[in-house]
Amino acid sequence: MSARDTDLTRTTAAGLADLLTAGDVSAVEVAQAHLDRIAEVDGAVHAFLHVDAADTLAQAGAVDAARAAGTPLHHLAGVPIAVKDVVVTRGTPTTAGSRILEGWIPPYDATLVEKLRAAGLPMLGKTNMDEFAMGSSTEHSGYGPTHNPWDLTRIPGGSGGGSAAALAAFEAPLSIGTDTGGSIRQPAAVTGTVGVKPTYGSVSRYGLIALASSLDQAGPCARTVLDAALLHEVIGGHDPRDSTSLPQAATGYADAARLGGTGDLTGVRVGVVRELAGEGYQREVSEAFARSVRDLEAAGAEVVEVSCPSFEAALAAYYLILPAEASSNLAKFDGMRFGLRVEPTEGPVTAERVMAATRGQGFGAEVKRRIILGTYALSAGYYDAYYGSAQKVRTLIQRDFAAAYEKVDVLVSPTAPTTAFKLGEKLDDPLAMYLNDVATIPANLAGVPGISVPNGLDDAGLPIGIQVLAPARADDRLYRVGAALEHHFQASQGAILDRIPEVTS
Amino acid sequence: MTSPSRTAVALVDFDEAVRRYDPVLGIEVHVELGTNTKMFDGAPVTFGAEPNTQVTPVSLGLPGALPAVNRKAVESAIKIGLALNCEIAPLCRFARKNYFYPDVPKNFQTSQYDEPIAFDGWLDVELSDGEVVRVEIERAHMEEDAGKNTHVGGHDGRLQGAEYSLVDYNRAGIPLVEIVTRPIPGTGERAPEVAAAYVRTLRDIFRALDVSEARMERGNVRADVNLSLRASADSPLGTRTETKNVNSFRSVERAVRYEVSRQAAVLDAGGLVVQETRHFHESDASTSPGRVKSDAEDYRYFPEPDLVPIAPSREWVEEIRATLPELPAARRRRLDGEWGFAEAEMRDVVNAGALDLIEATVLAGSSPATARKWWMGELARVANAAEVAFEDLAITPAQVAQLQALVDSGRLNDKLARQALEGVLAGEGDPESVAAARGLEIVSDDGPLLEAIDAALAAQPDIAEKIRGGNLGPIGAVIGAVMKATRGQADAGRVRELVLERVQG
Repeated sequence: MSARDTDLTRTTAAGLADLLTAGDVSAVEVAQAHLDRIAEVDGAVHAFLHVDAADTLAQAGAVDAARAAGTPLHHLAGVPIAVKDVVVTRGTPTTAGSRILEGWIPPYDATLVEKLRAAGLPMLGKTNMDEFAMGSSTEHSGYGPTHNPWDLTRIPGGSGGGSAAALAAFEAPLSIGTDTGGSIRQPAAVTGTVGVKPTYGSVSRYGLIALASSLDQAGPCARTVLDAALLHEVIGGHDPRDSTSLPQAATGYADAARLGGTGDLTGVRVGVVRELAGEGYQREVSEAFARSVRDLEAAGAEVVEVSCPSFEAALAAYYLILPAEASSNLAKFDGMRFGLRVEPTEGPVTAERVMAATRGQGFGAEVKRRIILGTYALSAGYYDAYYGSAQKVRTLIQRDFAAAYEKVDVLVSPTAPTTAFKLGEKLDDPLAMYLNDVATIPANLAGVPGISVPNGLDDAGLPIGIQVLAPARADDRLYRVGAALEHHFQASQGAILDRIPEVTS
Repeated sequence: MTSPSRTAVALVDFDEAVRRYDPVLGIEVHVELGTNTKMFDGAPVTFGAEPNTQVTPVSLGLPGALPAVNRKAVESAIKIGLALNCEIAPLCRFARKNYFYPDVPKNFQTSQYDEPIAFDGWLDVELSDGEVVRVEIERAHMEEDAGKNTHVGGHDGRLQGAEYSLVDYNRAGIPLVEIVTRPIPGTGERAPEVAAAYVRTLRDIFRALDVSEARMERGNVRADVNLSLRASADSPLGTRTETKNVNSFRSVERAVRYEVSRQAAVLDAGGLVVQETRHFHESDASTSPGRVKSDAEDYRYFPEPDLVPIAPSREWVEEIRATLPELPAARRRRLDGEWGFAEAEMRDVVNAGALDLIEATVLAGSSPATARKWWMGELARVANAAEVAFEDLAITPAQVAQLQALVDSGRLNDKLARQALEGVLAGEGDPESVAAARGLEIVSDDGPLLEAIDAALAAQPDIAEKIRGGNLGPIGAVIGAVMKATRGQADAGRVRELVLERVQG
């Protein structure tokens, strides 16, 4: 089959890389195919906040020129990528989904963007997200929601709904997400795609607009486990500009994915987390999870149940630590140096009053809610009771993980308790919204890595995901077990995205 | 003009005040470290550069930017801690001090809060008469400096009434070490002197350690002076005021004097001293209340999540300890012994800040006495007249030594040496080349001297008579005439010998 007969937008990143390397297709053709697809469907999906076709094609053209000149290239060179708008991109508007940053053109690139550019992945654009990554539905974007390509009346997950929807709508073969409490994994689950939250420190945070510094982690989003692994190897590794960056290189992930892709998990010990099941989990989600556990056993894995009792307190601790750090991280958005500046309509124009007017107008309701929560939690006299206690819970969760990983190599659970809900359904109920992240949050609090892999559809035909968690710095296990789950699911049911309805506006 | 609070403040005579009250000092000194780059990023540190040119995304607090600790700054902080006889923390963290102000780009200052890098030390401070006061050091911690606001359009550069303000972030992020004393009791009437001597001793230590240029006039060293009064040494501590940013030794002394007098007046009148920060005014050596912060100074400190803890290894600390340079007090004792200056002479040298220069001059070959003579004599006079520091004179210790060598070898006399010095200070080159260029050389050939002597004697025959008669008094007049005739280039001693030979022989 020639490249001309292939729908480039439905090809995996690994597949595109092979076509590009073989010279069957040019980077410009690949980029153009995706730009055409974006033009066709993004009006309905709204995965992107910013697309600059000329810039994308110029980057692709440079890759083609380098290849023609015989310059050694990264294997993924020419494979285009979408980047979540929380990642700072030099010369390209970056808003983090907030009106307060409207019009800001960063003068520098995030480290991971430098790495993408160095590897020659043309950037298709910046993807939509909940404002400052606060949310589980992308409805909190200052620029309107993203729609789930499986059902445009439903949410694509959040905060990285744009990055996940772009994959599911075949607008991009790869995308970058960030995951503070599930913002990569939960959107992956509800869009039938793959999302990885690496070990904290595996991918540099330099140039990610911080939500909660101790929880944030950028990671790869893709339609296959192998593609995610390949992308993780591009963006990972030590960065001296990020003090919390781990010293080791990001290697071995693609090999682990290929190993898992054989479907054999002989000798791998898998723990099913007792606390991440049962009440609150949609029936089809639980059924799909049970089928996946049987697949794991059939693949030769040894499956046991493990208990992590402190996970029950994870959500409460998370909603103290995150707002506390966010209240401080978001203090810099004050109209003094960049982005939106609003002068008070009456009264004197002092710095303090400009800050107040700018923040009052520029931030959305959810952002204000969390800033207020966090400011309160850090206040003198309350610190120990709130922030201090939350940090203790965090330590207990880390201990639960440590104890579990003495018995098993990986843990598994459903990624999200439900499939995609309707747009607007939970907007007025923050607590219901927060519960979406109940299964993903523990990994952020402990700094351990996690992956979400599609493992079924519910009765309404909406995707379901399974989460695999590994010990810190053992991200390779995610790729091995994730690829095995993908292999067995596809062996019986085919690729889940083959069943996505065509997007119609 | 002056704010209302600065008018009509009752004062008690200082001597009277310290007879009836026991002053207790507490001093916080900030020193800007002389690192090449800032505390948390690679922006260069250059004094006097164009505004907002010594900045990076980190020191501008741009979205996405992250701090990374400057190892050299940590080393400097450890040096300071060790020099102040402190314990060095095996593990300590940075914290965020949250407050909104435009000169703080992130709207929080990265500082150390309850985990300083150095703590529990002491410093012996020698007063001008040799008395030694031991000051206990509570802590020395690291933090970053803020930017600099300039208020334009108002009176006197004050915020009140200004039309707009400019912010220069060149200073933002420059590493600081803040050294905090415990309360310093028992200084009585010498409180002002102790405060100034303490700051001066620290300044000398910073220079000896080579951690800062420690130039007071550039604000490299800034002191906040706390003072309280109590009825007697047995009474509990009184309420203190903190006079901020007192930036010269003399101002430190005057600020303490003023606060002692002012607080005594408040207490005498049956009032209560208000715990507050105060500003010092150079013009009349007074202090006035600082801005009252509406939010009651809740800085919502919490551990900086973007930075991993600082954990200086014991080996590193011991290595730094082993390579600490000789500290000023020890060095003074050693040089005192080696040079044999009188006690008062040594104190003058130290107080004039000429110790380093004299030592360098001695190392370049001069005797201690001649080196002292140059620096404390002619050079001190020139520096005073020009109102500059010794360091700003265009002469090096090596040049001073060379000048003295010319005198010692008989090639220049004192008068010619002063002329050569003038040439060096005017930038004409080394003493040697100035002497050559200006034709400064003692006339050592007796021929021209005898001619001049004969002419002088012929012009004043009666003098020759008197000398011949044994009255040597008028010989000076002859020598003077000869010196004049040779434009000062004669060796006066040789002239005297020749006159006597001529008259008596």
